[in-house]
Amino acid sequence: MSESAGLLPEADLFSSDHFALFGLPRRFEIDERALESRYHELQSAAHPDRHAHRAEQERRLSMQWATRINEGYRLLRAPLSRARYLLELEGIDVGAENNTAMPADFLMQQMEWREALDEARDARDVDALDALARNLRQARRDAEALLARQLDVEHDNAAAAATVRRMMFIAKLGEDIAEAHETLEN
Amino acid sequence: MALLQIAEPGESTAPHQHRLAVGIDLGTTNSLVATVRNSVPVVLNDDKGRALLPSVVRYFADGRTVVGHAAQAAQAQDPRNTIASVKRFMGRGLADVAHVESMPYVFEDAPGMVRLRTAQGAKSPVEVSADILRTLRERAEASLGGPLTGAVITVPAYFDDAQRQATKDAARVAGLEVLRLLNEPTAAAIAYGLDNASEGIYAVYDLGGGTFDISILKLSRGVFEVLATSGDAALGGDDFDHRVYCWLIEASRIGPPGLEDMRTLYMEARRAKEVLSAQDAVHIGLKLSGGEEIDVTLTRDAFADMTKKLVEKTLAPTRKALRDAGLSPEEVKGVVMVGGATRMPHVQRAVGEFFGQEPLTNLDPDKVVAIGAAIQANVLAGNRSADEDWLLLDVIPLSLGLETMGGLVEKIIPRNSTIPTARAQEFTTFKDGQTAMAIHVVQGERERVSDCRSLARFELRGIPPMVAGAARIRVSFQVDADGLLSVSAREMGTGIEARIEVKPSYGLGDDEVTRMLREGFEHAQEDMSARALAEQRVEAQRLGEATRAALAADGDLLDPAERAAIDAVLVDLAKAAAGEDTPAIKKAIDVLGRSTDEFAARRMNRSIQRALAGRSVESL
Repeated sequence: MSESAGLLPEADLFSSDHFALFGLPRRFEIDERALESRYHELQSAAHPDRHAHRAEQERRLSMQWATRINEGYRLLRAPLSRARYLLELEGIDVGAENNTAMPADFLMQQMEWREALDEARDARDVDALDALARNLRQARRDAEALLARQLDVEHDNAAAAATVRRMMFIAKLGEDIAEAHETLEN
Repeated sequence: MALLQIAEPGESTAPHQHRLAVGIDLGTTNSLVATVRNSVPVVLNDDKGRALLPSVVRYFADGRTVVGHAAQAAQAQDPRNTIASVKRFMGRGLADVAHVESMPYVFEDAPGMVRLRTAQGAKSPVEVSADILRTLRERAEASLGGPLTGAVITVPAYFDDAQRQATKDAARVAGLEVLRLLNEPTAAAIAYGLDNASEGIYAVYDLGGGTFDISILKLSRGVFEVLATSGDAALGGDDFDHRVYCWLIEASRIGPPGLEDMRTLYMEARRAKEVLSAQDAVHIGLKLSGGEEIDVTLTRDAFADMTKKLVEKTLAPTRKALRDAGLSPEEVKGVVMVGGATRMPHVQRAVGEFFGQEPLTNLDPDKVVAIGAAIQANVLAGNRSADEDWLLLDVIPLSLGLETMGGLVEKIIPRNSTIPTARAQEFTTFKDGQTAMAIHVVQGERERVSDCRSLARFELRGIPPMVAGAARIRVSFQVDADGLLSVSAREMGTGIEARIEVKPSYGLGDDEVTRMLREGFEHAQEDMSARALAEQRVEAQRLGEATRAALAADGDLLDPAERAAIDAVLVDLAKAAAGEDTPAIKKAIDVLGRSTDEFAARRMNRSIQRALAGRSVESL
């Protein structure tokens, strides 16, 4: 196969978006195994360990490339950051939007989870923390399924942005649960 | 094991081009040096056939310095001038060091890092470590028959930026070219994984003399990917010795011992600990300098009981690493035990219970880190052979951030980010007309600056006066493949650029490193200028070879004029390297670097293109 067939023009390579760098279609649902194996292939070419015996400027370039590939992999691997990135490519900054109004039922749910977390922490109840973490995982999976429909099928960016904001709440709560676990262990 | 195949045309290395590279395990208690010889990793022994070099350095008033077994034997006799476990002081201020009261040294607090007062004046932990590294370098050069191209030095995965930088400085002072700082558990995983063709999730439990690391790795098709790491940079076998030492004093009802007795008791405590890994009880009988007699028996159960808390202390970071990796203990396929302290039966039992499986102890826990480092050094030096096509993806252990209003930390790069990595964050001014901004870089997980480790402070000046909140200061963090941080800041809003770049450093400037380097050579009675010439020649040869290989592989990326220019520079370099003028060789090397900048960029693009193309071919 000829080397230039179907490839990005060189000048665009470094500035191309992460989906193009990883050779994936620009959508929410992705082939995770393809992402991982492409990540390994790209790092096998770019990583500083592959260029350690080369000249200084080659090592510097290698670090810049490897940094970029790591950043792309980080953004594409996690569903939440992938969705945010997709919306960003569409010109929508989820975090900067002033409208953070949530549906009333989700706010209620939030409050219940927060209370459950506080109670489990005060009672030093690890099982309750684990149960809460399981509930949260399910909520996250549901939100991801919803995002797949909103982003890939209905192309409803406004609705997707609202779902992303909900996922951000869930993610923050997940971090707080992990922190509570740590406090109980020490 | 199905390894990832990446063709690098023109890169095959003929045996005569084999570059001398070593892996060094710079341990709290013992240090080792290993290399790859005829494709087999081997630990290099000293002239008496011993692999382990005790990490002990004795400084004599007459300027002599003794490293290793002889120094270790003199610990009780000359405790103040005989420095052991210096790794605990690397990149640390006096306030960070535990058990100062039961150490025989005279400490001096110095900015950034503590100093130890000896018969040869105040010694930085960097200098003491450099004396250990120099001994290993000399051992390797005598054994391999020539100057080293470079070395991979291992560090605990949980070492912060200050400790890593101090280790790299020590290597420079010892006259070593650092190819990479490699995390100890990762080094062990390489040695273990390549040896056993392992696939799946593995945990590496590394309890050394003074540090504890736990790393969770995913091994797949020749890729070693660290998912999470955690640990305790001040927990190790030494702490078990300390428990036994305290027990000895209590059980024997003696008063606070003098310096010599303190050392003797510590050495007995360590011996008792080691004996208890093989026996159910150990007798300790000795006479102290003041005539007090110690005559006690310690059982394995009593020892396990008095050190239970220490073993438990390792399980909290273990849980944290698993949680960060999003895994449960059952998902771990194997647990590799590393470090001499994992020989203790109750440590093995606790780890086995936690993971619900027998831990893997089939590799020598003292040597596995040096072996892994040697394998990595061999690859980094360019001695890669086709069956060594594996890739290592490691992470930083602790979050990096900046101080914001009210003494709080804004995290910029979270822990367990794969390196190299870079992130930027924008900040703004607090007052109208503010023209400077203080930037304070910290490392750690806590919310308050005072609970994190301070890495560097610098000021960005020359911000054009604006109303509060109008300036946009972009602070960028870059962490390289050694896990070392550099920080830059610039004002983005206006055309005027205020920019600063810092590498956090810990009391050691470049001139100080040069001074230590010179002193080191004086003591070792080597000729520094001869060594510098030899090093520049090795470097010139290395770069000449690399450039010729690159031209052979990708010469088509250059037009005839560009090609002719590089060829001419190569001829100049070869001429310079044949001469005796060290600065001229260095200059020719710099010229080659500048002349091949553009070529290197085109090659890198092609290499990425090929990685992309490889996939398309496969999926057709």
